[in-house]
Amino acid sequence: MRELTVKEAINEALVESFENDKNVILMGEDIAGGKGRENYPGTQDSWGGPFGVTQGLLTKFGPERVRDTTITEAGFFGAAVGAAMTGLRPIVELMYVDFAGVCFDQLMNQAAKMRYMFGGKQSVPMVVRTVVGAGFRAGSEHSQTLYSLYAHIPGLKVVAPYDAFDAKGLLLSAIKDDDPVIFMEHKRLYMTKCDVPEDMKPIPLGKGRIRRPGKDVTIIAIQRMNLFAEEAAQKISEENIDCEIIDPRTYSPLDEELIFESVRKTGRVIVIDESNPKCSLASEITSLISEKCFSDLKTAVIKITAPHTPIPFSPPMEDFYIPSTKKIIEAIKKVHNA
Amino acid sequence: MNIDKNKLNWIYKKLFTIRFFEERIKKIAKEKSVPGYLHTCIGSEAICVGVMSALNDDDWISSTYRNHGHAIAKNCELKQITSEIYGRSTGICKGRGGSMHISDFDKGMLGSFGIVAAGPPVVLGAALQEKINGGTKMSATFFGDGAIHNGAFHEAAGLAKLWDIPMLFVCENNGYAEATATDWHLNTKELKDIAKAYDMISYQGDGNNVFEVHQITRDAIIESKTKNTPIFLEFNNYRFSGQYEGDTQLYQPLEEIEEAKKNDPIKKSIEMASGYNFSSDEIKKIQTDALNEVNEAFDFAETQPWPNPEDALEEVYVNYPKELLR
Repeated sequence: MRELTVKEAINEALVESFENDKNVILMGEDIAGGKGRENYPGTQDSWGGPFGVTQGLLTKFGPERVRDTTITEAGFFGAAVGAAMTGLRPIVELMYVDFAGVCFDQLMNQAAKMRYMFGGKQSVPMVVRTVVGAGFRAGSEHSQTLYSLYAHIPGLKVVAPYDAFDAKGLLLSAIKDDDPVIFMEHKRLYMTKCDVPEDMKPIPLGKGRIRRPGKDVTIIAIQRMNLFAEEAAQKISEENIDCEIIDPRTYSPLDEELIFESVRKTGRVIVIDESNPKCSLASEITSLISEKCFSDLKTAVIKITAPHTPIPFSPPMEDFYIPSTKKIIEAIKKVHNA
Repeated sequence: MNIDKNKLNWIYKKLFTIRFFEERIKKIAKEKSVPGYLHTCIGSEAICVGVMSALNDDDWISSTYRNHGHAIAKNCELKQITSEIYGRSTGICKGRGGSMHISDFDKGMLGSFGIVAAGPPVVLGAALQEKINGGTKMSATFFGDGAIHNGAFHEAAGLAKLWDIPMLFVCENNGYAEATATDWHLNTKELKDIAKAYDMISYQGDGNNVFEVHQITRDAIIESKTKNTPIFLEFNNYRFSGQYEGDTQLYQPLEEIEEAKKNDPIKKSIEMASGYNFSSDEIKKIQTDALNEVNEAFDFAETQPWPNPEDALEEVYVNYPKELLR
């Protein structure tokens, strides 16, 4: 077995998808980068996106299929919709999820609705890769997650992997999928490593994963929050509290049954989401549990989220904003002792 | 101009069909016998038919919420169009779209959008696909003068030129962006000059003259494909209909409407018919056929079954657990 970072795993999934299907193309801002000027050519393909994830694709597959775009999200997102409907499998990069405002019409009103609204004759097999997450000291407009904004919209699928194994397997599936998929990559996870087999198989969308089996408390953790959940579960195990961690991995469709099974077993639940709290994935999952598993609950579900504020820049404030292992441990004790 | 008799017959038939169809829509809108918003295109017939007569059947287009004329001229089934407007199960979108979203992918329609300027980027994508796959289908996006201020139009125009994409940006300058006259909203003296910002070739023509529209479009398709470049077309006409059915149109003075009637595209087409060797009897026969087809389509739609309420759950995705849709 070999270890890959999330960044390497995503790059590999892209390369394999390009090799296996000539209809796969990639469009985005500075996905190659560094074209330079006519008199001073500079280094081609020097960026590979702001985090270097797509580096090498232009060199391998050429400018016809790897299209470094102008700063025109509405233009190339709409183009991805038209290209997807007519036979290509475009992957478009939204450099930061926070930039969604300038191309949301193309996602919400076109990509998501084309099939339904026009009678089901067409599909829109496109993938939006985007970077999410706080903890990078990147300020209010480069740090959000906005998961629920996409999961709210019928017609879109939403994927947010935690580790390199899931990132590769889920991206392979997303690119093969016939519906538009929003694939969210957490900037603080890019350099984290785990085992990824050479012959990685696609992981089906809509199937969650039990990251840690346990019998006392269910923790449902969204993307990077799995890191803190594992730290907290490890620590609290010293006090003989046995936590089960569920990573849903995809949020539309959501593996509701996996969540309910765990809740039925423990009756004590914490949901962790680094997004703002109102109308979030945390509130959605909590509401589903209260609807479907009310009689199994031994105490109220605790949600741990960011506060209802924009993301502050200064490190002490940003660290306060992001859910912490300490808060999770307190919550585990609270639901366990209730 | 060299147009064969079959095509000429088709052109006249479509012109009359669109006019009769929209007149009937205006009538049922007054009677309130159909649900939803209705936008008719009386005054646009020559642009719809002129452009479509220069395109092949399987070429790609996008339309807008004012789409009945485009759909009819793109050879969508009239009965299915009408049934859709009535919200019936046999509608062209199975009753899920309605008047604003009449579109048939099998006829090369990528979509009819309720959002102004949503079409240009989507058609750019289809044209990009043709380019990458070495396809030969032409791509054309229809929009009104109101759309030329929208960012999505500009982004698509810029990328199309930068990427050498053959496609047509077809602007129907009908004098009004919703309820605002072009006099109030244009930044450039000539609308088509907007294309200059992108170093894009542009042409302007009389949108009431179906043969001029046909000729300009036919030439533009050849030039666009030969030079591998997008082309911007502006056709001028007058929007006799309001923004939507029920619009009081108080911003459109009656004198202006009367004046515009002198250039009514249907009237103009009939006047030009003898030049294309049509007798007045032949024209009358085409008109009768068109009217009969329109009447048949409405008779059909009125008697069609409503969709099952639960059909609302169909075809949201290609693949998604059904139980999670509720």
